[in-house]
Amino acid sequence: MPEPAYRAAPPGALRVEPLGELTAIFDRRSTQTHLVVSPMPEILEAIGVDDCDAATLAARLAATFDFDGTDDVQPVLSERLSELAAMGLVERA
Amino acid sequence: MKHSIRIAVGPVQFRIGSDWAEPIAALERLYHGYPQDDTRPADATVRLFAARPWRRWVRPSVHIGGDFVVPDALPLPLSMGLLAAEMGMNLQVALGWRRHMLLHASAVARGGRALIMSGESGSGKSTLAALLGEGDWRLMGDEFVLIEPMGGDALAFPRAVSLKNEAIAAVAAQVDAARLGPLMAGTPKGDIRHLIPRADAIAAMHKPARPALLLFPRFGGEAAIEPMGEGEAFVRLTEASTNYVALGEAGFAALTRLVRETPAFGISYPDSATGIALVEQLWAEAAK
Repeated sequence: MPEPAYRAAPPGALRVEPLGELTAIFDRRSTQTHLVVSPMPEILEAIGVDDCDAATLAARLAATFDFDGTDDVQPVLSERLSELAAMGLVERA
Repeated sequence: MKHSIRIAVGPVQFRIGSDWAEPIAALERLYHGYPQDDTRPADATVRLFAARPWRRWVRPSVHIGGDFVVPDALPLPLSMGLLAAEMGMNLQVALGWRRHMLLHASAVARGGRALIMSGESGSGKSTLAALLGEGDWRLMGDEFVLIEPMGGDALAFPRAVSLKNEAIAAVAAQVDAARLGPLMAGTPKGDIRHLIPRADAIAAMHKPARPALLLFPRFGGEAAIEPMGEGEAFVRLTEASTNYVALGEAGFAALTRLVRETPAFGISYPDSATGIALVEQLWAEAAK
């Protein structure tokens, strides 16, 4: 089965406020507040409006962060993406 | 209703109606010194009523009503009419107020800056605020503090302080008996006695104060101070706010700003004197 792809929430939908170790995210569409920790804010930052799967995301994040190899992080990112989708913070493409 | 009174506590204008004269007379005594503006419309209505007409005289029991009701709230005996009025007032504010972000917290101010104390019932936040308010602090409130969503200032809600159980004797020893309401023993919340805030605190009730320090007190155990991160303070205050969800993004903005701009600490203390010493220490060291 191909890896599912995701895309970011529409521009302006989320208000993201870092609060120390936590990041508070206000979703203007649902008026819900979400509290997340790393790497969720980094994923949201990197995902972009175009379709993006875990492999693409791993490559993007590798440019910013120091991974040993993108292969190891892909399953983790894939899981985090599905969690973000469940919260409504990213959309299934 | 047969008997009624209007009371202004901070920005909230209450209209309280009752089937009986006693609770209204007791409220008149407690709120006698509060500035009153009868031309303002009421923001919240509280009704204390008898379940059946005859229950006004036979084993009178007070039901609490108003703009908002808690369907399964137990009626209280008439001797606890004042508690019923207090519960009704809290309920209307907690559920109905939208103009400010409400925090279930006590607050005192000094030099135009506010110390806000949030905690569960039994944390001692009310007692600490009451005792500080007898010193050189202005009591802003023992139950609610209101945060201006745009500017971030704290507004006072200095209702009559609801002293409970051991706090009654601790505070009564320091104040003129004329400032104490009747003792209500054995209520569902324990023994309760109201304290009328000092006249200067009541006169200054419309004066905002800038939040300078957030404390999360816990009564019991060794004296301890624990710095608290912005994230944890945010989570705790969303839980302490009765209208955070209703305010939507305005509440989110107000709360993120509050926890970013205001240093926060958890404190534990074994007795009130230690609690006050910790407050003064943190105020001197950390208040912004």
